Amino acid sequence: MSAMPDTDAPVGDEIVVEAEALAQHYEIGRGPFSAPAILKAVDGANFTLSAGKTLAVVGESGCGKSTLARMVTMIERPTAGRLVIGGIDVGSASGADLRSLRRQVQIVFQDPYGSLNPRQKVGTILEEPLVINEPSLASDERRGLAIAMMERVGLRPEHYDRYPHMFSGGQRQRIAIARALMLRPRILVLDEPVSALDLSVQAQVLNLLIDLQEEFGLAYMFISHGLSVVRHIADEVMVMYLGRPVEQGVSEEIFASPRHPYSRALLSATPVADPTHAKTRIRLEGELPSPINPPGGCAFHPRCPIAFDPCPRDRPVLERKGPVEVACFAVEADGTVHARETARA
Amino acid sequence: MSDATLDREPQAVDDTDRPGPFREFWSYFSEHRGAVIGMWFFIGLIIVAVLADVIAPHAPNQQYRDFLLTPPVWMEGGTWQFILGTDAVGRDILSRLIHGARFSLFIGVIVVSIAVTGGITLGLIAGFFRGTVDTLIMRLMDIILAFPSLLLALVLVAILGPSLINAMIAIAIVLQPHYVRLTRASVLNERTKDYVTSARLAGAGPLRLMVVTILPNCMAPLIVQAALSFSTAILDAAALGFLGMGAQPPTPEWGTMLAEAREFIQRAWWVVTFPGLAILITVLAINVMGDGLRDALDPKLKRS
Repeated sequence: MSAMPDTDAPVGDEIVVEAEALAQHYEIGRGPFSAPAILKAVDGANFTLSAGKTLAVVGESGCGKSTLARMVTMIERPTAGRLVIGGIDVGSASGADLRSLRRQVQIVFQDPYGSLNPRQKVGTILEEPLVINEPSLASDERRGLAIAMMERVGLRPEHYDRYPHMFSGGQRQRIAIARALMLRPRILVLDEPVSALDLSVQAQVLNLLIDLQEEFGLAYMFISHGLSVVRHIADEVMVMYLGRPVEQGVSEEIFASPRHPYSRALLSATPVADPTHAKTRIRLEGELPSPINPPGGCAFHPRCPIAFDPCPRDRPVLERKGPVEVACFAVEADGTVHARETARA
Repeated sequence: MSDATLDREPQAVDDTDRPGPFREFWSYFSEHRGAVIGMWFFIGLIIVAVLADVIAPHAPNQQYRDFLLTPPVWMEGGTWQFILGTDAVGRDILSRLIHGARFSLFIGVIVVSIAVTGGITLGLIAGFFRGTVDTLIMRLMDIILAFPSLLLALVLVAILGPSLINAMIAIAIVLQPHYVRLTRASVLNERTKDYVTSARLAGAGPLRLMVVTILPNCMAPLIVQAALSFSTAILDAAALGFLGMGAQPPTPEWGTMLAEAREFIQRAWWVVTFPGLAILITVLAINVMGDGLRDALDPKLKRS
């Protein structure tokens, strides 16, 4: 059973991705005379993605969210755990099954300048997935599909013959989205799709993504380092720290009252466009520790403002506490946060 | 965020036409005056080579027994019949130089094509697959690079037998490692980029990824290297010819002409000087043109 609560997803929503205890470990050689270090980029992630829904994965850089994206898009095989996409277990799928699965998962990258081939025209970029996967299509049919998709994402037909360098960042991201949708995937991984764009364009692209999700019934995995962008688009949020989910649950719950001290710090760092709003920003001390040698116990304890006795000793498991799942000793079973008066180590 | 203003009106951006890639290339290339001169000289050389039969006043191997070692026209004893004079067996030097241009261009084109084809193939494979294949290919290339290039070419010709074709093969093998290295370096740089990943996700196989997705983005340094090694090929072929390991007499190849004439250097300077000048000017022109190409195509060296 997946760790996501079943109560919030309306009945009838088809589950398209199921991940259980998903982990990705990298071996890092440290020269010929010492054993390779193990980097646990992702360790024990559980989640489900439903058609038409958005799961936001949030955390600072190095927390494993991009690795998670690479596993879901099948660029990398998970080291451990189970990943089921469209009812097929990726770990044991045959070659033909994997090929059909790859069509169902597409990705939009953060940097629209690096994700489009500078030597290909927009038309060629959009038609490439069709050329590879639908070789029976005639070239004018392909062209028709590409132009229809361009119009759908807000580009004009005369852009068909232009090169990516002739477009602005926002338009390039539209091209990238159009390319991802050419094969009519069911799952779209959005790897910080708007963080390279300026604010007004961010809103345009986010609205486009929301429209497309309704139209095609897409499941989104939305990866972001900040919570502000996620608020408008996410149905569920997973907050990650050093490769592990620390809080996971329905978007409204997490935004209304984040429980884990890390989620609270992230949320308090979100700027509010209201000059009268009192700033109660929680500042985290120190740097993100190295994932090769994470702190013992709760990985967050050296930076945690409310750490107490068990934190450096034991690692809290992600468990249901109140309406969400939290991995923190300071959160009581009913979801209230209990800050103990204990001197920090 | 420099194009933030453009983003606000997405409809307005694309109506301002940017110069096409060729216009942009030309504006950078033409800044380099030497490169333009070199290019015109090179084009002239191609025309001369193509029209050699029409332009040349005499047949290249026709011997005029009454005009042995005739000096050029502006010297005492020169005649308008042989503008640059004749060699020891009475052949017209100008006609031989004109026909020699054919051989030089032929050598350049063939050597560069063989080296480029082989080099790009090996470089793509090494850079794309990494691992053992990469190590094997690159160590082999290192071994080739460890030898002085002309010496290795000499050894190869000695094994294959002296002829123009064998000399070209030998020079191509000697030049190849440069292309392998350049291609591999560019491929390593490109293969981790997001557009390659998205092509992979679209279902592109390794061959398509290498040739259609990655290779066109690695071409700029390769074009520059091809232009520069065109002159190296001509020079090396002339050197092999001079040493008797390249084109064989009576072929009017510039290096071979030099070798035949070296005993007359005291008595008839023109027999040696003109083929030497032809090699010098051609190599210089191509090198200068190659420098211009590099400035125009390599964005890292572009003045901004």
